[in-house]
Amino acid sequence: MLELTRRREASKAMLWLTPVFAVILTIVAGGLLFALLGKDPVEAVRLIFVQPFLDPFSRTELLVKGTPLVLIAIGLSLGFRAGVWNIGAEGQFIMGALVGGAVALAFYEIPGVWLLPLMCFAGMAGGAAWAMIPAILRIRFNANEILVSLMLVYVAELLLSALVSGPLRDPDGFNFPESRMFHDSATLPILISGSRAHIGAAVALGAVIAAYVLLERHLFGFRIKLFGQAPRAARFAGFSEAGLVAACLGLGGALAGLAGVFEASGPVGQLVPALPQGYGFTAIIVAFLGRLNPLGVLLAGAVMALTYIGGETAQISMNLPAAAINVFQGMLLFFLLGIDVLVNYRLRWRRAA
Amino acid sequence: MTFWRKALGAAAGAALAALGVAAQAQEPLKIGFVYVGPTGDFGWTHEHDLARQAVEKHFGDKVETTFVENVAEGPDAERVIRQMAQSGQKLIFTTSFGFMNPTLKVAKQFPDVKFEHATGFKRDVNVSTYSARFYEGRHVIGLIAGKMTKSNVIGYIASFPIPEVVRGINSAYLAAKSVNPNVQFRVVWVNTWFDPGKEADAAKALIEQGADVIMQHTDSAAPITIAEEKGVLAFGQASDMTKFGPKAHLTAIMDNWAPYYIARTQAVLDGTWESKDTWDGIAPGMVAFAPYNPALPKEVVALAEYARLGISLGKIHPFTGPINKQDGTPWLAAGETAPDGDLLGMNFYVEGIEGVLPK
Repeated sequence: MLELTRRREASKAMLWLTPVFAVILTIVAGGLLFALLGKDPVEAVRLIFVQPFLDPFSRTELLVKGTPLVLIAIGLSLGFRAGVWNIGAEGQFIMGALVGGAVALAFYEIPGVWLLPLMCFAGMAGGAAWAMIPAILRIRFNANEILVSLMLVYVAELLLSALVSGPLRDPDGFNFPESRMFHDSATLPILISGSRAHIGAAVALGAVIAAYVLLERHLFGFRIKLFGQAPRAARFAGFSEAGLVAACLGLGGALAGLAGVFEASGPVGQLVPALPQGYGFTAIIVAFLGRLNPLGVLLAGAVMALTYIGGETAQISMNLPAAAINVFQGMLLFFLLGIDVLVNYRLRWRRAA
Repeated sequence: MTFWRKALGAAAGAALAALGVAAQAQEPLKIGFVYVGPTGDFGWTHEHDLARQAVEKHFGDKVETTFVENVAEGPDAERVIRQMAQSGQKLIFTTSFGFMNPTLKVAKQFPDVKFEHATGFKRDVNVSTYSARFYEGRHVIGLIAGKMTKSNVIGYIASFPIPEVVRGINSAYLAAKSVNPNVQFRVVWVNTWFDPGKEADAAKALIEQGADVIMQHTDSAAPITIAEEKGVLAFGQASDMTKFGPKAHLTAIMDNWAPYYIARTQAVLDGTWESKDTWDGIAPGMVAFAPYNPALPKEVVALAEYARLGISLGKIHPFTGPINKQDGTPWLAAGETAPDGDLLGMNFYVEGIEGVLPK
């Protein structure tokens, strides 16, 4: 019978090599899957991992796809480090887009340079407020934040769908459930002309640096790490758990909300029911793939964005089914978690007694 | 199933491409299709993909097609459409309403590529729109429903309260009412185009409320399966869904995009393509029907066929006055037929339908 025994100390090198191995294993297993589907595996993997870098437009699209992933994952990784499990970033993303988008639509007639900053602020407030619900319920009633934050995703989705079918609907849109296109001054400035890469990419990079400084150089970062590793010690030291839970969820919510506003006012340019595309959930993979470290998250976000863009390229040029690409992405998390188990535990064969 | 169809398609495509190189040096016209669902949905996307295959068959080595399935109507649509244009497709069909703004954005950047957007209302010099007059089909199945119901309650699973869907409800109701004055409609809004779970729940709820005929304006075959299980009647959507409920399935309004896709491809090949709006119905074959269920009484089939022919010849219009709106205000005077403008913006129930139209 197979048995897992905990290793006394996991290898430091393996901690960082795990994601690399996971990517390699995914490529091998994915290649096998593509071969079974009758597609050239080498060409498919090349299209997914290399082609996006060769094409100038795809390069900019990596930024478009990576921005929300990194922004959300940075916020989540802070919480995960402290043992605050915010699984509902998708809902906070939607609320950010909704509140920020509502501001854009409310000032449709009065454009101005102040509009975008106001939208961003509103979006962050919206995302943070949504995250405050699980925070308060956990602090006050010890409710499980995993469950509460996850359930609120569906509430947010329905709210978005209700509002774009009602008050926020395009008055000239034949009752179709979507808002009108945002005014120019409510649309994000583009970083690289002719592309959709927007200013949000720079903000995401800023968030990575800020999170790094926060974790390594600031007392708050120390508190996060302490609560994650030794909650009792943290309590003895007099750090407030309630404050930490609220701060982690609030920060995560604000960053997810900001990602939502960026998405609505950047690549989409309006509020539509299909705005949320699972970034909030994919960001959980990104956070763990990046080992909950800001720089790691940046790299992991890039890899994840690559599989999306490359996956579409493979669909167009090789007619690979969409489901095969989804399986490919799922394998990434599967292998990461699998190797993690082996790094932390020893596998032993024991005869049944 | 999907895999084999695709594998075969790819093999055939490769063979055709190889032949093309050998036969003539002229580059084939590359045509791209962007689908909102999976090609194996047995409904909306399935029919678009059948039409794509018909284009390939009709033009042989003169064209080369590709498609991307499961493209969400959100931020990713623009990239996919753009990648299509960038990878050399000269004619691109974007087959869902939510692709409207992304299609227009990409079209501006690729003036030499022709775009065809299904069911939208915004056009450009290189963007055409097309849709089908499904309400003509709804008239025919409305007649059958009115004749076949015993409880006089017809259940209707509706997606979104947009004119397209409202038009279908009104058309079916007026037709059913014309052959059965006691008929009542119960409408459930599911706020989705494709969600087998929700559609099945809606079907169950309607049957519990006494409906013995189910109509749907959503894309999955789940309601047919439920109808079969509960022993009530139903109509397929977009495709022939007989195999999901051989007893329940009376017929289906089928979307037949092939003639349009072939015509538009021909226009690009001939250099005569220009931007226009197409709204075709039963007459040119864009709206067709699945075979009638053999259990349908002869006189019901005759009634349906009479209406189909009448609409096809232009003798019957599903919206012919006198018709009042739900609140009793007059809409069409006796003998007057609805102008297209009214139909395109339809946001009211006709008199007799109960319930409030969500606004």
